[in-house]
Amino acid sequence: MKALVAVKRVLDYNVKARVKPDGTGIDLANVKMSMNPFDEIAVEEAVRLKEKGVVTEVIAVSCGVTQCQETLRTAMAIGADRAILVECADELQPLAVAKLLKALVDKEQPGLVILGKQAIDDDCNQTGQMLAALADLPQATFASKVEVADGRATVTREIDGGLETVSVSLPAIVTTDLRLNEPRYVTLPNIMKAKKKPLETVKPADLGVDVAPRLKTLKVSEPPKRGAGVKVADVAALVAKLKNEAKVI
Amino acid sequence: MSVLVIAEHDNASIKGATLNTVTAALACGGEVHVLVAGHNAGAAAAAAAQIAGVAKVLHADSEALGHGLAENIAAQVIAVAGAYSHLLFPATAGGKNVAPRVAAKLDVAQVSEATKVVSPDTFERPIYAGNAIATVQCLDATKVVTIRSTGFDAAAATGGSAAVESIVAVADSGKSQYKGSEIAKSDRPELTAAKIIVSGGRAMGSSEKFNEVLTPLADKLGAALGASRAAVDAGYAPNDWQVGQTGKIVAPQLYVACGISGAIQHLAGMKDSKVIVAINKDAEAPIFSVADYGLEADLFAAVPELVKSL
Repeated sequence: MKALVAVKRVLDYNVKARVKPDGTGIDLANVKMSMNPFDEIAVEEAVRLKEKGVVTEVIAVSCGVTQCQETLRTAMAIGADRAILVECADELQPLAVAKLLKALVDKEQPGLVILGKQAIDDDCNQTGQMLAALADLPQATFASKVEVADGRATVTREIDGGLETVSVSLPAIVTTDLRLNEPRYVTLPNIMKAKKKPLETVKPADLGVDVAPRLKTLKVSEPPKRGAGVKVADVAALVAKLKNEAKVI
Repeated sequence: MSVLVIAEHDNASIKGATLNTVTAALACGGEVHVLVAGHNAGAAAAAAAQIAGVAKVLHADSEALGHGLAENIAAQVIAVAGAYSHLLFPATAGGKNVAPRVAAKLDVAQVSEATKVVSPDTFERPIYAGNAIATVQCLDATKVVTIRSTGFDAAAATGGSAAVESIVAVADSGKSQYKGSEIAKSDRPELTAAKIIVSGGRAMGSSEKFNEVLTPLADKLGAALGASRAAVDAGYAPNDWQVGQTGKIVAPQLYVACGISGAIQHLAGMKDSKVIVAINKDAEAPIFSVADYGLEADLFAAVPELVKSL
């Protein structure tokens, strides 16, 4: 069984996003870019399933600019066997990415597709569910545990108030939550090995997908600033402030 | 033009986030209908009919809809979607699971976590962990949107008298089975609906200390308990207590952050709280930059003292 893993190149999670002065978006010039943390968890999970003998091949896919190759090399350094870049310099929204992935699912016929539950740049949390809809496959989102046996995946999901377990028939779409696993550190030998692994590049047109955006971003602005308040000397002063000034207790 | 709100419910009652979504729906204009898809969910449908501003409740009932499986709920929404200009879901774990599936089946975009309705086709939503606000215009005929409850007031749960219409339930997809759930039973208010939240960070040191120190304060204040990602990762608090970009987004009247340094991902989840109190012994902790009241102190001494003086 093949596993397909989708990875996105995003602003590194340690870098603070800065709004461009003209309000058209976030300034991404000369800033560190990395693999979306949830996608790293997705790659790790697929590789672990391969190490367990459940999965035979792990294919990493990224949709975006040429530099996404670096993200795919990272995925292969974690343990993915090969990679596909759907190269596109234009803005790709979740529905477009889901359509591109659907085309690749049709071609590669994976038993399992694993994606991060959300990208930390647009915070959409959509692509996995959309892919499941387009491919007409079951979905198990926000996974904190995945077990594969007898043509089904049993997935523990993080939901409001606790956990839920669902069993889905394969092929299926899984999206990862934070605590599914802890991705390994990539070692230098594995980074070197990853450079030799195959990386194929295709264009959206090759896959017959129209990626035109359906949402128009009118502007991007700074959120209202929250000013720092005051420091209080001790607990008594804090209680007094909460009672008399803020009137919240 | 009418708006359909997909209710979050447990078959017996309507969850709070549904009420905020109704407010957002009213801001979109047109009649507001609510879909209650569940199993033996007559009580939830009746409760939905009471929500102020709701004109009609659609009630689909079958075993396959009982546990909110995305495949079945999405199919149920699509079965009625043709009559609506907007499909609004609360941005809860349930809503976020189903909404994109509906949008993709309809071949339309989805707007995630809207915090403001600018006009019927234009919405504000936070991106980059709330470090920027995007104003997006939806170019598709049907607008599928998840609503962040902290952006909208709750509609009154009573005062309405909508008709409840039973609709035909869709068949089970057969692709997905519900196996069970572990929902923590608690007398505390729900994290996302609580008026006061007491939250702990990595400085709590252990799950025993977390409970020993913060539980009395939460009890005293009638507060919900929350945690930073660091505290959850360390095993001091359950996963679903996590407040932040990828956890719960909260905006209580009072948020008490104990031993939380204030990573941007955490601030993203709580900076819309009305009053923020930070207790931390590190004077340089970023949490102090958003706190209305900062107390630079050892929380293991300060929190018990606070409990005593309340």
